[in-house]
Amino acid sequence: MLVHSRTGRWTAWALFAVLFVPLFALPLLVIVAASFSTHWSGAFPSGPTTAHYAAAVRGESLRALTTSLVTAVTASLVALTLGTWAALASAALGRRGRRILDALFMLPVAVPSVVVGLAVLVAFSQPPVLLNGTRWIVILAHTVLVTAFAHQSVSAAIRRLDPMYEQAAASLGARPAYVLLRVRLPLLLPSLNAAAGLCFALSMGELSATMMLYPPDWLPLPVLIFTATDRGSLFTGSALAVILMAATLLALLAVSHIRTRASFR
Amino acid sequence: MNSGIRFDGVSVAYGGTTVLDHLDLTVEPGEVMALLGPSGSGKTTALRAVAGFVRPASGRVLIGGQDVTALPPYKRGIGMVVQQYALFPHLRVDANVAFGLKAQKAPKAEIPARVAEALEMTGMAAYARRYPRELSGGQQQRVAIARALAIRPRVLLLDEPLSALDAQLRSGMLAELARLHRELPDVSILYVTHDQVEALTLADRIAVMDKARLQDCGTPQDLYRRPRTEFTASFVGNANLLPVTVGARGVAFAGTDLEVATEDVAPGSGATLCVRPHLVGLGEGPNALRGRVAEVQWRGSTHRLYVEVGGHRVKADVRELRETPALGAEVTLHFAPEDAVLLGSGVSDG
Repeated sequence: MLVHSRTGRWTAWALFAVLFVPLFALPLLVIVAASFSTHWSGAFPSGPTTAHYAAAVRGESLRALTTSLVTAVTASLVALTLGTWAALASAALGRRGRRILDALFMLPVAVPSVVVGLAVLVAFSQPPVLLNGTRWIVILAHTVLVTAFAHQSVSAAIRRLDPMYEQAAASLGARPAYVLLRVRLPLLLPSLNAAAGLCFALSMGELSATMMLYPPDWLPLPVLIFTATDRGSLFTGSALAVILMAATLLALLAVSHIRTRASFR
Repeated sequence: MNSGIRFDGVSVAYGGTTVLDHLDLTVEPGEVMALLGPSGSGKTTALRAVAGFVRPASGRVLIGGQDVTALPPYKRGIGMVVQQYALFPHLRVDANVAFGLKAQKAPKAEIPARVAEALEMTGMAAYARRYPRELSGGQQQRVAIARALAIRPRVLLLDEPLSALDAQLRSGMLAELARLHRELPDVSILYVTHDQVEALTLADRIAVMDKARLQDCGTPQDLYRRPRTEFTASFVGNANLLPVTVGARGVAFAGTDLEVATEDVAPGSGATLCVRPHLVGLGEGPNALRGRVAEVQWRGSTHRLYVEVGGHRVKADVRELRETPALGAEVTLHFAPEDAVLLGSGVSDG
C-alpha cells in the first residue's frame, strides 16, 4: 500500500498497532511472561523464576520435544516426497486427471483433523496393518495431514516453472529422468524448501489428531502442553509452549537460510 | 554426415485449428534456411516440429535422411536456441555449456575441452564461471549458442534468436552468426524470424510463410527481385503493389500505359505490378506516373514519399531532398521497366 501523506502514514501505523498488538503480539507475550512466573493474581505476573525452564529441558519434557522434532522431520520429509511426486505426476496429466488428483490430495485439509485422526485410528487398529499403540500411527497421521500442503505449494511452483527449460534440456539430449534431476528439481528447490518449512511448522503444532492416537511412549510436545494446562500447571505449560515456539522458529529460520542460498533469480 | 532437414507434407493442428498446413520444404546440408513470416504464420511451429516439441498430425520430418517424426526430442541430435535464451539459472556458464555433453554421456575427459572450444567460438571464454543472471542479454545469447554448439548438432534451430536484443547488438550478432556458420559449414541451420533484414543477411534461402502455409521459397536475391506472390513482395521489402490490366506490349495502371515485361501473363487479364520503393525515382523518365504528394517522411538518408496516383498510393524512397515537396504538390515518378515484376494473380489492393 502506498500512503503518501504524513498523517496517512501515521494512521496506517496506528491501525497496524491496534490490530497487531492485541491480536498477535500480546497473547504470545503473556505466554512468555507466564513462563517465568510462579503467581499471576493481579494485572501482572509475580514471583520471577526459571524453574519451569529447568524442568522443561529434563526428563518427560525433553523426551516430548525430541518426539515432536522426530515426528515433524519424518512427516515433513515423507510428505514432501509424496507431495512432490504427486504434483509432478499431476502436471503431466490432462486437465481432468489433474483436477481429480489435486482434489484427492486436498481432502485432508477439507476434513477436520480430528476426523483424520479418528479415521487413521479406526483404519489401523486391526490387522493386517496394526499400527495402533506404536509411534508410527502418530507419524502416519501427521504425514497425511501435511502432505496436502506440500502437494499444494509444490504444484503451484510447477505451474509457474517455464517449460522452456525442460525443452532446452531435452533438445540438448537429456532424457526425462535427467531433466527432472538436473533441471526441474533444482529449479523447484526454493519452493521445496518453503513447503518443507510449512509442513514442519504444521506438524510441530498438531494437537487434535495426535490426541486421538498417541501411545504412552510417543508423546509429542503439544500433547504435554495440553495435559499440563489441563492439570492446572499453567506456568509449566507456558514454559513448554515457549520452547515449542522457539524450536519451530529456529527450524524455520534454518530452512529459510537454505532457501535464500538456493534461490537463483 | 548428411545433415539436411526435410519437411514432407507436415501438418500440425491444435484443437481443430491448423497452424501448419502441409509444409514441403528441404533444407540442404550446410544450408541456412530462414523461415520468414509474421506472427501466427506457422514458422515457429515448423521449427518445433523439427525439435520434436509438437507432433505433426500428418506428414514426416526427416533429419539427415532419417525419419524422426516419432522420435522424442532428446534423441534427435539438434541444437536449439530460443528467444529467451533458456539458460539454466542454477548452473554457471561452463556447466550450462557442458549440460548437453553430460546428458549424452560424452567421455568425461573430453568435456572440458569441448566446453572451452564452444565458449571460445562464441567469445565467452572469459565468463565461464559466471551465472547467467550476471550476464547481459547479448552475452546470455552467446552462451545459449555455445551450449547448442557444444553437442556438435547436425542441425541448429534458431527461434527468433535476436529479437530480445537491441538494434545495435542485433547487427553485431548477425555478423557473429554468419561467421559461426562459415566455421561450421556442415551444420544445417533453420532460422525462424519475422525480421526480413535478418533473413536477407544470413540466409542462403528464405522460406516465406503466411497463414500456416509456405508462400514462397528462394534465395534472398530471387525473392527480393522476383517475388512470386503478393505476400512475398509486400513482406520482403515492402513493395508497391499496383493493380494493372495487361495489354499487348505492357500494362495499364490508372489510365497510364506502362512498359513492362508481360511474358507470363495473358493480355486482357488483371494482374499486380510489383515495384520496390527505392527503385522508384522522382522526376521525368520511362514509365512516368503523375500524382499528388500525400505524405512525406524524412528517414535520414532518404525521403519516403507517398504519392496518390489514380486513387492508389505509390511509395517512393528517394535520396534525401534539398527541398521537401509540399503536401498536395503535383509530382512525377518513374521506374525502369526491368525493375518491375508482374504478378499474374488477381488484385487485392490493400
